[in-house]
Amino acid sequence: MSPAAPLVEARGVTRVLAGAVPVTLVADIDLAIGRGELTAITGPSGSGKSSLLYLLGLLDLPTTGEVLIDGRETSAMAENERAEFRLATLGFVFQFHFLLPEFSACDNIMIPMRRLGRLDAAARRERAESILASLGLAEHGHKRPDQLSGGQRQRVAVARALANDPPLILADEPTGSLDSQSSEQVFDILKTLVERDGRTVVAVTHDLDLADRMHRRIHLVDGRITEDRPAGGRASPGPTISPAGRRGAGPPADAADQRLP
Amino acid sequence: MRLLLAIALTHIAGRGRQTIVSILGVALGVGFSIAMAALMVGSQRDFTETLIDAVPHVRITDETRTTPRQPASEAFAAVAYSGLRPVPDPRGILNPTRVLAGLRSWVDGSMVATLQVEAVVRFAGIDMGVALMGVEPLDELRVSTIAGDMTTGRFEDLIGAGFAVIIGERLAERLGAGINDLLTITVAGGNARQFKVTGLFRTGSVQQDERVVYTTLKRAQVLANRPEAINEIRIRLADIDSAPLVAARAEAMLGIKSVSWQESSEDLLNAFEIRNVIMFTVVGAILLVAGFGIFNIVSIITHEKARDIAILKSIGFPPADIRGIFLFEGLVMGGSGALLGCLLGFGLTEVLGSIAFEFRRNTELTHLPVVYEAAHYVMASALAMLAAGIAGYLPARSAARLNPVDIIRGAT
Repeated sequence: MSPAAPLVEARGVTRVLAGAVPVTLVADIDLAIGRGELTAITGPSGSGKSSLLYLLGLLDLPTTGEVLIDGRETSAMAENERAEFRLATLGFVFQFHFLLPEFSACDNIMIPMRRLGRLDAAARRERAESILASLGLAEHGHKRPDQLSGGQRQRVAVARALANDPPLILADEPTGSLDSQSSEQVFDILKTLVERDGRTVVAVTHDLDLADRMHRRIHLVDGRITEDRPAGGRASPGPTISPAGRRGAGPPADAADQRLP
Repeated sequence: MRLLLAIALTHIAGRGRQTIVSILGVALGVGFSIAMAALMVGSQRDFTETLIDAVPHVRITDETRTTPRQPASEAFAAVAYSGLRPVPDPRGILNPTRVLAGLRSWVDGSMVATLQVEAVVRFAGIDMGVALMGVEPLDELRVSTIAGDMTTGRFEDLIGAGFAVIIGERLAERLGAGINDLLTITVAGGNARQFKVTGLFRTGSVQQDERVVYTTLKRAQVLANRPEAINEIRIRLADIDSAPLVAARAEAMLGIKSVSWQESSEDLLNAFEIRNVIMFTVVGAILLVAGFGIFNIVSIITHEKARDIAILKSIGFPPADIRGIFLFEGLVMGGSGALLGCLLGFGLTEVLGSIAFEFRRNTELTHLPVVYEAAHYVMASALAMLAAGIAGYLPARSAARLNPVDIIRGAT
């Protein structure tokens, strides 16, 4: 795999919902997203942008076409294999935090780690705390989701997506239910994940302002790509995570530190 | 695995009250099943013990199971004969001394040789048909429970008392006879003699109390004019379960009918079988109902936690894990219910066992017969776990099939 090869690639992906009246969610999507890219998928409601994200994230399977991640064809994988692959390679962030309400923030972050089973209990906790700290949530690890604010919850959700150190983060309206200040914080985090840690982030958003501050913007209408262009985000570095958010986290957790062996 | 269990436990904890109701449902089911089994098996065992105490474990009589083959059928291959004179069969067990010695050499238990003859007892102008049992008193005491049924005199009083009898209280009442009265006993084809009443017994069975008259074997043989004859051997075994084997071996050896208590009380034992089937059906039904409680709550939880399922699946939990979570929930409820039920069952059995009845005046108090058997606890628990497993598995399976995209779409 050459470094230039795209991390995520869609080849002629079409997804049709079967039914009395078949509904085409997305059609003939050809797309390649490289490593270290911060990509926005935009489009009006019902344009298929979330559907495309679920297809790229292997939550859904294309009716025809192929999704490749890291050069691997994913449609041939067995369900368990795909689940395992998702666990290690992908991190999801949704519009709603979707944290397990009975578990503390820290425990929520450790759930994917426990499932993957690469780290022992002590290492898991250490890693969960370090991720929380890097997102400015160092003191909130023991709190349950309902004791956190909306923005904090969403940051915990991002932290959970990072739990297994995946190269690819998929976000579905990650700021959709947040106020502008929290949105800004979450966006900054996503941007840092790309620009500092070298991860790849694909975010669905209806916020065109936000989309324009990313590296690339893909616009969908009626399930087809109508526009695919660089956005302004790469030109200007944009605001980084506010110092307030970083305080208490010690030295910024370096990408190299966070990589798993 | 522990992660799945942890998630399952939080789900259960989130539905505390319903969970407790479901667990109690299982506990009641298991508890009542155990108590019922304890009572059913206890009463059955009690009944069987009374029964096999009262009857000989093996009874060897001078009958054969099939009509003896006539010499003519050995000689001719005919279908039927007419005008044959059958070989006269001298009734009785031939050569009793040898037979008894042979039996005693391998049978683990005691036995009594008996000459039982039909007789008529006459006293004060009243005639009563009875079964005269000629026995060796000491042997009889080792085989039957007659000693405990004596109300006047002792059974051993027969020894050396000459022509003496021991009769049932009811017979005495009917005849108007009492202790030391002289009864005239006549045997068909035999003689008539006067016998002195030296003791009275009461077994509680009308049949016996009115019909049975005991004397010594010698006097019965004299009366019946059949010296050295016996026609019944009753055996009391150390191990009652070996009765069919002993009976079969004795029959093979002697060529005459030997009946074990199991065979003679076959109807009763069959009735117990049916009773057990009924019991297990009821127990099964109770546990099935308890299973529905679990099914209900696990189904509710899967609906309530659809979002959690979706998120776990999106994180990368395979369907088997999701199934595992909800299966755990059913099993945890079933397990706690079973555990609680075992305690409840034990407690109920204790309470039932302590209830006392007084059936007859002047008899000791009778308690409800109960048994404590580990098998009942294991079986009820296993059934509860099975019901819980199925009750958990069905919703778990549908939960595992949920498509996360549908739920996430629905939520956004």
